[in-house]
Amino acid sequence: MEELLNILKDLHPDVDFEKEERLVDDKILDSFDIISVISEIAEQFDVVISAEYILPEYFNSAKALYALIERLEDED
Amino acid sequence: MKGRKIGRAIAAAGIVVCSLALLQRILTPKVTDGIIERALIAEYYEEAKDHDVIFIGDCEVYENFSPAVLWEKYGINSYIRGSAQQLIWQSYYLLEDTLRYETPKVVVFNVLSMQYDKPQKEAYNRMTLEGMRWSASKVKSIYASMTSKENFEDYLFPILRYHSRWSDLKLSDLENLFQVPRVSHNGYYMRVDVKAAGSIPDPVPLAEYQFGSNAYLYLDKITQLCKDKGIQLILIKAPSLYPHWYDQWETQMEEYAKEHELLYLNFLECTEEAGLDFQTDTYDGGLHLNLSGAEKLSNYFGRILTEKTAVTDRRGEAELAAVWAEKLAVYEQEKQKQYIQYGVN
Amino acid sequence: MLFTSYQFLEFLLLLFLLYYLLPAGWQWKILLGASFLFYFYAGPVYCVYIAVTIVTTWFTGRRIEAVRAKRDNWLQEHKETISKEEKKSYKAAVKHKTWILTLCCLLLNLGILAVVKYTNFVISNLNGLLEAMGSGKSLDFLNMIVPLGISFYTFQSMGYIIDVYRGTVEAEKNPFRFALFVSFFPQLIQGPISRFGDLKKSLFAAHPFDGRTVCLGLQRILWGFFKKLVIADRILTGVNTLIHNPEIYDGAWVLVGMLFYALELYADFTGGIDITIGIAQTLGIQVTENFNRPYFSKNIKEYWNRWHITMGSWFTDYIFYPISVCKPMLKLSKFSRNHFGEIIGKRVPVYLSSFVVWFATGIWHGASWNFIVWGLGNWLVIMVSQEFDPLYKRFHDRFPVRGKFGFRLFQVVRTVLLMSCLRLFDCYRDVPLTFRMFGSMFRRGNWNIFLNGELLGIGLSAADFLVLLAGLVLLVTVSLLQRKGSVRERIAGLPFWGRFALWYGLFLAVLLLGAYGVGYDSSQFIYNQF
Repeated sequence: MEELLNILKDLHPDVDFEKEERLVDDKILDSFDIISVISEIAEQFDVVISAEYILPEYFNSAKALYALIERLEDED
Repeated sequence: MKGRKIGRAIAAAGIVVCSLALLQRILTPKVTDGIIERALIAEYYEEAKDHDVIFIGDCEVYENFSPAVLWEKYGINSYIRGSAQQLIWQSYYLLEDTLRYETPKVVVFNVLSMQYDKPQKEAYNRMTLEGMRWSASKVKSIYASMTSKENFEDYLFPILRYHSRWSDLKLSDLENLFQVPRVSHNGYYMRVDVKAAGSIPDPVPLAEYQFGSNAYLYLDKITQLCKDKGIQLILIKAPSLYPHWYDQWETQMEEYAKEHELLYLNFLECTEEAGLDFQTDTYDGGLHLNLSGAEKLSNYFGRILTEKTAVTDRRGEAELAAVWAEKLAVYEQEKQKQYIQYGVN
Repeated sequence: MLFTSYQFLEFLLLLFLLYYLLPAGWQWKILLGASFLFYFYAGPVYCVYIAVTIVTTWFTGRRIEAVRAKRDNWLQEHKETISKEEKKSYKAAVKHKTWILTLCCLLLNLGILAVVKYTNFVISNLNGLLEAMGSGKSLDFLNMIVPLGISFYTFQSMGYIIDVYRGTVEAEKNPFRFALFVSFFPQLIQGPISRFGDLKKSLFAAHPFDGRTVCLGLQRILWGFFKKLVIADRILTGVNTLIHNPEIYDGAWVLVGMLFYALELYADFTGGIDITIGIAQTLGIQVTENFNRPYFSKNIKEYWNRWHITMGSWFTDYIFYPISVCKPMLKLSKFSRNHFGEIIGKRVPVYLSSFVVWFATGIWHGASWNFIVWGLGNWLVIMVSQEFDPLYKRFHDRFPVRGKFGFRLFQVVRTVLLMSCLRLFDCYRDVPLTFRMFGSMFRRGNWNIFLNGELLGIGLSAADFLVLLAGLVLLVTVSLLQRKGSVRERIAGLPFWGRFALWYGLFLAVLLLGAYGVGYDSSQFIYNQF
């Protein structure tokens, strides 16, 4: 989780990612950010988030995104 | 509460209908704008409908014949349902429309419009169609006449057609909202000025001299309708020098008349007999006759009508004579006015 | 049938009566009938094309679900006996199978789109190539039928099949219901590009007559007509004069032309969408919004999130994301990071994928180079502004102008001007000519045209300008009011006579000031052709 928060913080230092739950809905993360996050995750977690998972429900909060990473890790 | 709501809705609907009707009236072009031909078709409905002779056709009828002369000289009660570039199907439907009100003894049709087989121009369509009262004939005439860019809805609600005139409105549009001055004399459009016929352009050779099948279809319909109603149909070609009347056209009309046992008169062939002089009797160089020409031609045609048809001299009918006396007074007044206007004696 | 033709209004009225008078269970069937009638009227042959797309896409969706159902059964049956590894490889095999099905469907339908839209473009480029090589030969152009709205309905169907593949929507069982989704007539010719998951919620439901919704829908239609007829079609004459005679109208005229075109395109396209969404609303159906006051955007990237939204999000979801997160792209990113450093490596996926997206967006708008250059122009502007981001941040840290009126105005003007400049490619339809015209703006120096009355010589009278100015003021006012929520809802709160005056006034404005009927060549909605 710490690693993920660091990735996000790098993009938007001014956002409190632990609390924020509408990252996509409120357009805090745009499509470019999402791609950066996914490629960082691939780098650091060795998990590939494919396009079908790019949905607001997974990207609206750091918590949801982390849960997704864990799930995909598990499936591998 | 509910009653108030309904009342409100009715009031709003009333405002909508009335304001649209008023706007439509304001925006529709007025006769007084200079294009007098707009008024010709509509004026018929104000008449007592008891005519012996009805003319149908284009400008070659409403500028070349004067019903006033036919009455004065022969006691023939006639009316001209003519309009600018009246196409043959429009003539047919106008005839249908007229027969809803009266059955004349004679119908006179000018055959120049045989040359058109298809709808021509929106502006002319409007002049013929707008004046007609609503009837099945009018609807059919509209559908037969529309060019590809026109819509029936524009005829149903003229405001749709004239909506953009708001930027051209003049004070006269408001002044003449509810009163329409009379412009014709039983459908005759009077002009007293003179413009002698000069050089008439040489006729252009045509690719096709055969009249179209659509034109013939409506000529047949006119013939049949007259036959069914026991009306004598006379085909004429008015003595206008231009547009050119081709020999091939003449042959076709002669044959048609012969086949259907109709009287066909080509006045181009009897201008001398009628006493027409294209130096003095036309106001636009030979396209149309002026008052002097129209009166000469009417005089000539009245004799033919008396001799070859069942029309009778009705000058003895007191009521009718009184109506005509009034009409003749207006006719005379207009003449004097125009003599001054155009500086003609 | 144009949206602005009498026939279309009569068609709507008739549909409306049938829709609410017949049993509610028939409503979606009536819509399907109406949609095909509408499309048939546009061109009987078109129906064949759309039918092929409907049938193949529907069938593929069903097949994918059947394969999955079989998988689930098999897994259920062998739950006890198979190892985790076996389960995983079986699942992968099934996924591969569904992917093949999806791919076939995509290739077929996008193939049809490509053939009808791009064959002649390819031929003209080949001919150019042949000529360059000195060959005397050239290929003949094909006489292709381009079915109305094919780009829109193909994209909508392909979005559906990808969603089914991804498992985000369930495949539709009833082919006729699916046919309605693809052919729903209000959005058939110019979008929005709806998602099945969104539209199905209201498209197939029974809608009892609801006066309030119907009123709101009618009001929206009226507003759309105002934009289209009073503004777009009126200014069209001027726009055409300017862009079709570039040799006469250069220099300052280019600025006039591009600003006029900005207004025309906005009024035309958003007006058309208002009519579409309004019609759907009168039928009780909710169609996704396609615009969100785009000209008020801070920058071009935001503009593209607010203009033609459904197209942008289609490209993002179905092209941009898949390309940027596919394994080769991630590998490439890793490779670049290792060899060219963090800064470049990070940018590789975004830059490459958005390049592809903007190329595709360009060519989607039209089969010619000017549209491709236009698309890539957008890409360039977005990327440059992305790179300037740190600079902007420093600027804002030092000068606290953010949110101030003057700065907002500057941003809006900048957005409008930038987009208008890019659209010159769309106006002149010729890349070198566009560059020449753009250059002439700075060289010609004929700025006096704004004062010497020449503006009245481009087919627009003083009265036209007056109407346009009033229309523009109304547009901007409404847009500003929309920041605080729906204007229609607020008007609905007014007393009866206030509402009546406003809506009847708008109706009269359309009736009297609209550029329609004989004398106006009622233009097609600009977006029809795409």
